[in-house]
Amino acid sequence: MEYFINISYIVASALFIFGIKMLGSADTARRGNLTSSIGMLIAVIVTLLNRDVNDGNSLSFGLIAVGLLIGSGIGMFAAKKVQMTGMPELVALFNGFGGLASLLVGWAEFAKEGNFNNSEYPIFTAAAVVFAVLVGGITFTGSLIAYLKLSGKMGGAATVFPGQKLLNAVVFITLLGFGVVFVVTGASWALYIVIALSLLLGVLGVIPIGGGDMPVVISFLNSFSGIAASAAGFVILNNVLIVAGCLVGASGIILTIIMCKAMNRTLVNVLFGSFGSSSSTSQEVDGEMKALSVEDAFYVLEAAQSVIFVPGYGMAVAQAQHAVKELAEILEDNGCEVRHAIHPVAGRMPGHMNVLLAEADVPYEQLCEMDDVNAIMETVDVAIVIGANDVVNPAAVEDESSPIYGMPIINVHQAKSVFALKRGQGAGFSGLVNTLFFRENTRMIYGDAKETITGLVSQFKD
Amino acid sequence: MELILLVFVFVMAVFLGFELIQKVPSQLHTPLMSGSNAISGITVVGALLAAGIVEGSLGKWLGFAALILATINVVGGYMVTDRMLGMFKKKGK
Repeated sequence: MEYFINISYIVASALFIFGIKMLGSADTARRGNLTSSIGMLIAVIVTLLNRDVNDGNSLSFGLIAVGLLIGSGIGMFAAKKVQMTGMPELVALFNGFGGLASLLVGWAEFAKEGNFNNSEYPIFTAAAVVFAVLVGGITFTGSLIAYLKLSGKMGGAATVFPGQKLLNAVVFITLLGFGVVFVVTGASWALYIVIALSLLLGVLGVIPIGGGDMPVVISFLNSFSGIAASAAGFVILNNVLIVAGCLVGASGIILTIIMCKAMNRTLVNVLFGSFGSSSSTSQEVDGEMKALSVEDAFYVLEAAQSVIFVPGYGMAVAQAQHAVKELAEILEDNGCEVRHAIHPVAGRMPGHMNVLLAEADVPYEQLCEMDDVNAIMETVDVAIVIGANDVVNPAAVEDESSPIYGMPIINVHQAKSVFALKRGQGAGFSGLVNTLFFRENTRMIYGDAKETITGLVSQFKD
Repeated sequence: MELILLVFVFVMAVFLGFELIQKVPSQLHTPLMSGSNAISGITVVGALLAAGIVEGSLGKWLGFAALILATINVVGGYMVTDRMLGMFKKKGK
């Protein structure tokens, strides 16, 4: 039986590997997800055959069945209910649950015996418990804060106070100290302190990170939840936990690096720089912002041969994706070429805009990556910027003194004309002035993005 | 010895994880993240082992709580990823 279980775990791990691989390409992604879910099912079923679990004690089995039912019920409900605009916070929440589960698994292993004297590697196991608790705890509360920020239940702005970094460092070092105490003495109170401090550290770590940096933080926490699972795997010496957790940890790091590159920043800078809060640079910009009415915009669009939409977080806030799709269809019927240009960090999680536009049934082929669009930007008649800001700020390529200098942007300023849909005249999350808005070829269309676009649609229909 | 083998497996998995998703189109970043997030719910296996033990009631209940949380992570993660990918897929006309 032991052999059978272990071989099944290897099969499950292989399915996870294939699954992740297939998730990387549009044609196979859905099958990839299915493949990895079959791997998960195999892992769960064979674990139930384990003699420690299946010892004929009906209480254990009943309890497991209840747990699986409750968890599946909640998971299914949330997955079916969620709006696509609510996707970032749901992913954050699920992620946090995974982290907390890993923390509890580590703790349960200790609570089972009260010590690790029977373990083959007592010191290693105790250290693995500390690590699983540390990473799992940070993942849990960190994701929870990310959830609160993303869902708007908590202000998205960075919360900073003097001595913050010092406090975080002190908490972390204290945590490590009690971790060592636990490993050496096996005292349960030391573990409880480690648990409490890990949870605290997750909160402290994420509150100073502003809304626009969320894509990086979410990918990073995703990676952490994998590492926590892997650490839990070392606690119970289980290979499938180690492999699967590690795969997630590594792929999450890759995604994090991609996000950081798209912002031209380092991970350290995102985590400790609290960028969105500090910059109060007041630059002088030549020119003025020129407003345009919806009617005038309609006449320009009617004559346009080529239009690109550049969505940002503002589109998600205004829930404008369905209106955008409608306008895009009308433009196409009018003989215009339509594309949607999506910056890698637009929105609040990696690929956020793609999900929203896919929900609105925008054809996959119209969703273009930044580099492809920049290559043809000069031939574009109208670029419509919907609630995007920093990702189209030409200061990133022109102004060496700008804090975002060097960040790759969508070069809408090279288009023949630009319509910027915006609520008001304020700056973006970074607090930077967007020089795009002051350009000769830019027109501002103020107001709610959804209303503006619906207005344009009805102009076409008349 | 077993421990060394597990560490070996861990190190191999790190490299594999890095290799697997080097080139993912940005359109797929969200499903990739939520799909891999569901995989991190593999800790459900650890939760099952903990919840299944009889002795030590605290450990058992911790395992039970972990089981519920990890199952939410797994089931919710896979289903929501599938829902998203279904949206990507149904066009292409």
